[in-house]
Amino acid sequence: MDGQSLFEQRTSARTVLELDVVNHPGVMSHVVGLFSRRAYNVEGILCMPVGAGATSRIWLLVNEDARLAQMVKQLEKLEDVLSVRRHGADHEVFERLEEFFR
Amino acid sequence: MTILSGAQLTVRLLERQGVRVVAGIPGGANLPIYDALSKSAQIRHVLARHEQGAGFIAQGMARVTGVPAVCMASSGPGATNLLTAIADAKLDSIPLVAITGQVPRGMIGTDAFQEVDTYGLTIPITKHNFLVDSAAELLEVMPNAFRIAASGRPGPVLIDIPKDVQTESIDVNAWPEPGAPDPAPPVDIALVQRAADLIEAAERPILYLGGGIMHAGASETASALAEKSSLPTVMTLMALGALPVDHPLSLGMLGMHGARCTNLALDECDLLIAVGARFDDRATGKVAAFCPHAKVIHIDIDSAELNKIKTAHVGIRGDAAAVLQELLPRVRGQDRYSWLARVAELKRMFPLVTPGIADPRTHYGLIRAVAENLDDEAIVTTDVGQHQMWVAQSYPLRRPRRWLTSGGLGTMGFGLPAAIGAALAEPDAAVVCFSGDGSILMNVQELATAAEEDVNIKVVLMNNNALGLVHQQQTLFYGKRIYASRFRAAPDFVRIAEGFGLRAVDLDTAENPKEVLHQALTTRGPCLIHAGIDVEDQVLPMVPPGAANIEMIGG
Repeated sequence: MDGQSLFEQRTSARTVLELDVVNHPGVMSHVVGLFSRRAYNVEGILCMPVGAGATSRIWLLVNEDARLAQMVKQLEKLEDVLSVRRHGADHEVFERLEEFFR
Repeated sequence: MTILSGAQLTVRLLERQGVRVVAGIPGGANLPIYDALSKSAQIRHVLARHEQGAGFIAQGMARVTGVPAVCMASSGPGATNLLTAIADAKLDSIPLVAITGQVPRGMIGTDAFQEVDTYGLTIPITKHNFLVDSAAELLEVMPNAFRIAASGRPGPVLIDIPKDVQTESIDVNAWPEPGAPDPAPPVDIALVQRAADLIEAAERPILYLGGGIMHAGASETASALAEKSSLPTVMTLMALGALPVDHPLSLGMLGMHGARCTNLALDECDLLIAVGARFDDRATGKVAAFCPHAKVIHIDIDSAELNKIKTAHVGIRGDAAAVLQELLPRVRGQDRYSWLARVAELKRMFPLVTPGIADPRTHYGLIRAVAENLDDEAIVTTDVGQHQMWVAQSYPLRRPRRWLTSGGLGTMGFGLPAAIGAALAEPDAAVVCFSGDGSILMNVQELATAAEEDVNIKVVLMNNNALGLVHQQQTLFYGKRIYASRFRAAPDFVRIAEGFGLRAVDLDTAENPKEVLHQALTTRGPCLIHAGIDVEDQVLPMVPPGAANIEMIGG
């Protein structure tokens, strides 16, 4: 976590990013490396293969930050990232998971 | 149908790609590739003496030609030794394909002998990287690597090939097309028109050229735009040579060691037209105070550069040459009489000061004397430090792709192997490497490579027996507390060079240094030219790190 209290984490603005990626062993490192090398915390990660498994979908829950627009551009530059979509923090994908993290 | 091993496949795909020279060092994990390479009639292998040297030799070739160049290393320390050269290529957007051997797939993750996570290590310093999982995959990976390295904003690509993939045999039925750069993205004409409108309306515009001009081959179009619209033009370290320094519209290099007139003109401009430049901190100084009155047009092939450091009023993603070609007919000719008169006045009042330029025993004088012996086709490489900045300030650079310097990463040790690579790419060119006594020792072993390949390079070694730029910063900003920047031992560089099998001359002991220099520069083959300089000489003017560009010291 990034040093905020639990309360601050829950109240600070969040964004959900949805990435379609090529499914291979290094793709997750490429994606999270962009964040970690900028000391930008990823709050939640979800990844599963799509269809026959040639591609995967990665869902990232991140804090809103002045750097977010730059992060999205950098994600779009990755060879293995096919598309990036931004959603609001209220996107249901992470909400449904909350019961696993109680 | 042909049965080939992964190693043979790799070499065949390099041949099909048109590769003629590769630099590298063999080791346990890439020996199958070297065995296959030994049978290639097309590819010449240049044996470096350290993998970092191999990386920079490849960079030298790539920087001169603009085509991806290849370096090779074995696993473990071979791969880690390449890292600095790969990171350097990333920061300067140089197309490089690095091919490393890896331990066999079954041993990956076991801490096997000379195993290191090359894939993981190179993620943040490559444009893209591959860990090849089968010989068949090479048919896709190899052309893809060359395509990625050369497309859009160029950069380094690494291919890590486990040894058992190199020895795996497969049937090859069909060959893939060699990797070629993707076509440039379409230019948004509406944005170009808005940029043209801003240029028309501006009273005090400045054209700001970066390394992207070189990669796009856009020097001539940029010059044409500057001339048509009377745009005073500044260049980053990477763009030197885009516009001849003695062109009437040239203001030379901007930023930390730019001339006072250059940074002062930028401070007054009302429109900044950035092309293939990324607003690096060494160019802008304190960003909030950089061109404070200017609107910004930013043209770059990498959309992530637009609005990264400074918000653009008009940001255009595109190939610099393609965008400038659309922009050119949309601006009308202007003479901008009063702005050019003001810039001329600044140049007159605050020129670059080059003390001793007529005396070849001074730093500026030596650079001038070297230039007088060479024409505009000569290739100039540098290491990193004071000598690099003095050359950037004062060498009459007039052509693109003739100036090879480590800009973004600032790697000491770059100059000598890059010069070897440049000479391999253009065997008939005159290649001069300006270096310092700190930098040369960081890849001095490549003197052996230079002698072995008999490349036509001249190393001009400016020796102050110190880490000069560190010494300068300690003098200026750390209360003159000189620490760990003066060398106590003084190697005899002339004997070192001779020991490696090079000719060497010492200008310090020469009665007529100009004549000795002329002889050394005009005699074919590798040669070291040694010249002592004063440790108290500084690179001036200087913008203190973190300060605004108008807060210059000296000069």
